[in-house]
Amino acid sequence: MPVIKEIDYGTPLSVAQTLVTLEIDGQPVTVPVGTSVMRAAVEAGVQVPKLCATDSVKSFGSCRLCLVEIEGRRGTPASCTTPAEPGMKVRTQSPKLAKLRRGVMELYISDHPLDCLTCGANGDCELQDMAGVVGLREVRYGYEGENHFSAPKDETNPYFSFEPSKCIVCSRCVRACEEVQGTFALTIQGRGFESKVSAGNQPFLDSECVSCGACVQACPTATLIEKSVLEKGQAEHSVVTTCAYCGVGCAFKAEMQGSEVVRMVPYKDGKANHGHSCVKGRFAWGYATHKDRVTKPMIRAKITDPWREVSWEEAINHAASEFKRIQAKYGRESVGGITSSRCTNEESYLIQKLIRAAFGNNNTDTCARVCHSPTGYGLKTTFGTSAGTQDFDSVEHADVILIIGANPTEAHPVFASQMKRRLREGARLIIIDPRQIALVKTPHITADYHLPLRPGTNVAVINAIAHVIVTEGLVDETFVKERCDAAGFERWRKFVAEDRNSPENMAPITGVPADQLRGAARLFATGGNGAIYYGLGVTEHSQGSTMVMGMANLAMATGNLGRNGVGVNPLRGQNNVQGACDMGSFPHEYTGYRHVSDESTRHLFEGAWGVKLDPEPGLRIPNMLDAAVDGTFKGLYVQGEDIAQSDPNTKHVTAGLAAMECIVVQDLFLNETAMYAHVFFPGSSFLEKDGTFTNAERRISRVRKAMPPMAGLADWEVTVALSNALGYPMNYSHPSEIMDEIARLTPTFAGVSFDRIDELGSVQWPCNEKAPEGTPVMHIDGFARGKGNFVVTEFVATDERVTARFPLILTTGRILSQYNVGAQTRRTDNNIWHHEDVLEIHPFDAEYRGIRDGDLVAIASRAGETTLRAEVTERIQPGVVYTTFHHPVTGANVVTTEFSDWATNCPEYKVTAVEVRVAKRMSQWQQEYLETRKRTTQILHEVGPAR
Amino acid sequence: MVHMANQIAQFFSSYPREEAFAGVTDHLKKFWEKRMLQQLHGYVAQGGSGLDPLVLEAEKRLVSAAKTTPALRS
Repeated sequence: MPVIKEIDYGTPLSVAQTLVTLEIDGQPVTVPVGTSVMRAAVEAGVQVPKLCATDSVKSFGSCRLCLVEIEGRRGTPASCTTPAEPGMKVRTQSPKLAKLRRGVMELYISDHPLDCLTCGANGDCELQDMAGVVGLREVRYGYEGENHFSAPKDETNPYFSFEPSKCIVCSRCVRACEEVQGTFALTIQGRGFESKVSAGNQPFLDSECVSCGACVQACPTATLIEKSVLEKGQAEHSVVTTCAYCGVGCAFKAEMQGSEVVRMVPYKDGKANHGHSCVKGRFAWGYATHKDRVTKPMIRAKITDPWREVSWEEAINHAASEFKRIQAKYGRESVGGITSSRCTNEESYLIQKLIRAAFGNNNTDTCARVCHSPTGYGLKTTFGTSAGTQDFDSVEHADVILIIGANPTEAHPVFASQMKRRLREGARLIIIDPRQIALVKTPHITADYHLPLRPGTNVAVINAIAHVIVTEGLVDETFVKERCDAAGFERWRKFVAEDRNSPENMAPITGVPADQLRGAARLFATGGNGAIYYGLGVTEHSQGSTMVMGMANLAMATGNLGRNGVGVNPLRGQNNVQGACDMGSFPHEYTGYRHVSDESTRHLFEGAWGVKLDPEPGLRIPNMLDAAVDGTFKGLYVQGEDIAQSDPNTKHVTAGLAAMECIVVQDLFLNETAMYAHVFFPGSSFLEKDGTFTNAERRISRVRKAMPPMAGLADWEVTVALSNALGYPMNYSHPSEIMDEIARLTPTFAGVSFDRIDELGSVQWPCNEKAPEGTPVMHIDGFARGKGNFVVTEFVATDERVTARFPLILTTGRILSQYNVGAQTRRTDNNIWHHEDVLEIHPFDAEYRGIRDGDLVAIASRAGETTLRAEVTERIQPGVVYTTFHHPVTGANVVTTEFSDWATNCPEYKVTAVEVRVAKRMSQWQQEYLETRKRTTQILHEVGPAR
Repeated sequence: MVHMANQIAQFFSSYPREEAFAGVTDHLKKFWEKRMLQQLHGYVAQGGSGLDPLVLEAEKRLVSAAKTTPALRS
């Protein structure tokens, strides 16, 4: 496919229902009220010349190139700022207009370096295009006058350069930063000839710029341009695919030269991102070809042996024979597998199929275990479906946004921008979070309420909010009566109304002032459409599932379900968390969340797969590790997941891994888990394979191969080969056939196919006969389970308590520039922003311990100890410390404990009792880690060309 | 194991007794793997010290159900 150039309509789409008809150059065209004449012209197939207009930002009317003539009106109005009106007759071309436009272009070009042939934007420059369109042949003013040619370049950002000598001061970058991204990092400084784009009068890297790329995208010249384009030149073809980072699932055009990526550009028709991006998806793709990629299969007898490179055939046969040997010796249930939410749906499906059909047990799990498994349990119990209720666009109709335990600007930045836009339009905001996340106060947005609760008290807070709603008569009685189970509601109503659940009685536990909580509850219940967005700050607790059900109760009690602008919305951490769960990766259920004990479902799968299936649930990840330590679990196939870094209580995890006899790791890199592996299958990046990802809004999008797999086989092909070697034949020639099988076996996916996705762009499940184009908003006429189920959510304090020995609470989270265990982003220039994990500590706690900003500190819990640098900040409340887990040497999970959610075993990452002190050297664990890493990652390269 | 089982019991303890028994039993059956259940049975056989009464009753029900249900697996 040649390079895709989306149509630029010049000004944003109007969503008005009323239509107007006008005439453009004699052609009638009908558009919604509020559409600009410029956009109407494009709708009629007429391109009006433009420079300062682009359809991602509001019209500005500064360049004067888009002038038109309108019958009956004086002058030549700018088409971008003139709304279309009924009966209007517009001329876009006339000798007068041509003369005016040429005059405008002459002025621009008189102060522009004419280095087009050597310019990075050559072939992709709107200024160049417009010079051609208006027929510019001379510049009467000459080039000798005052100009900006000597303005210094700013190359501080690792991904794009800013060359102000090429700037035409159209303000597109400034407006994109404001309107698209919502960061307001850029401005136009000075007046008249002195006007210039400025990142707050400081280099880009030191500014508030978050490197989302919106300014680069908007720039019509080479002023803001990707360094990769400067280095490589223009792409010759594009492949539309889906980002492999967070759960927003942005659509991107991989712009290619052959099989080399030149740049990743957000795709305007992407329904999750609408042409926007963040620093990770837009720029941090270099890991795909990083020198650390392992591209040859490897095996070794013991983890202390060096790796030996072998053929695919040898590696696969070795793995299969080891799994067979282990099962023969220790029993059928002694092996299992884990997939990652970074895998495609098709890969996840195949792995769980291999485990159930070829291994003959249900020991399959996915990393959603350690993030959003409580979402699956909680929403299925209350609503009947293990998924969020809305699409992202729903936020545009929200009146009150309630964010609980999520940090969208860091972890889901593209959706955060959409949310911020709605907040700037006037939606009210309530934030429940122990930290002062950026959204509490950000340009043009101030949260109405920030309830800085103590970690571990979510359920107490949600019960107190419900108490206010119930006792102050704020329940949507009609909704509850029509849509919910009456007995369950009455029981819940009685429970939350108990005085012990009042904000006043809960305040000593939660730390949230009662008046603030009452205010927030009233606002949520009475402020119009109330939408709940939440993240791992909800799920990663011993009461994670209870809290999910508490939020579902709240949404039902206030009638905030079943339409746009409302709902319970999990913000999924990784790109395919939703999909991994949908695909039957959990040990207790098949695709579509049907329990393995359900006979009719099991028989369906038995019929399709031709084997007898186990009717009892298998081991979850923590249970696998426990069983390994106990000596009954001996073999593990891990695709794309790095449990040695991401899972809690690292010492326990590594003890479990070390106790196994065969671990097969399939990954891009020799990750932390691979230190304990015996077989390594080189994995393929998202750029190297076909498949689908399902984002947080249940949107299934295509992943399309942009380059061949570096190791020769795509991940799904390796699983097929392993299954065949195990004696369970799999026959697929393309991932689309895997999706066809999923659709045949899964009612909510019955209408899904690659062809259907290609046709629609993407589709949100359920997609079947009842909803052939998918389901953006769920539970419109009724809940998936019938009546909504109110669940009693008694607050139970975690057993992880602060003590004199461990007086602080550690809570963990993420940062914008890094992703999960960092395997990808640490191998990009994103390290410039976050080259190490740091420990945030409040000035009071720091001073008490003699800790200064930047000090190396030891953090110890009953599970372990590690060291990292301290950042003294008031973002965090006294008594609480915070860190991230992106760098393996930090070993944040050495400190976290084995406590977990009661229903799903999701680890309680968010609450660990710790003590912090100044340290002089790395912890013993870190020193041992570095030594072990060195010892267990040696590779004996086969004789051949140097790599 | 005792901690995990008691956590489940704590959640269901807000419900009327019979519903709570059923809830704990159903949860263990739906989410606990055979080895975990065997460990629970073994622990109960040794006295079940520290286990919530809801868990003890649920365990009894699981044992009794296993006796009356024909083996589903080879």
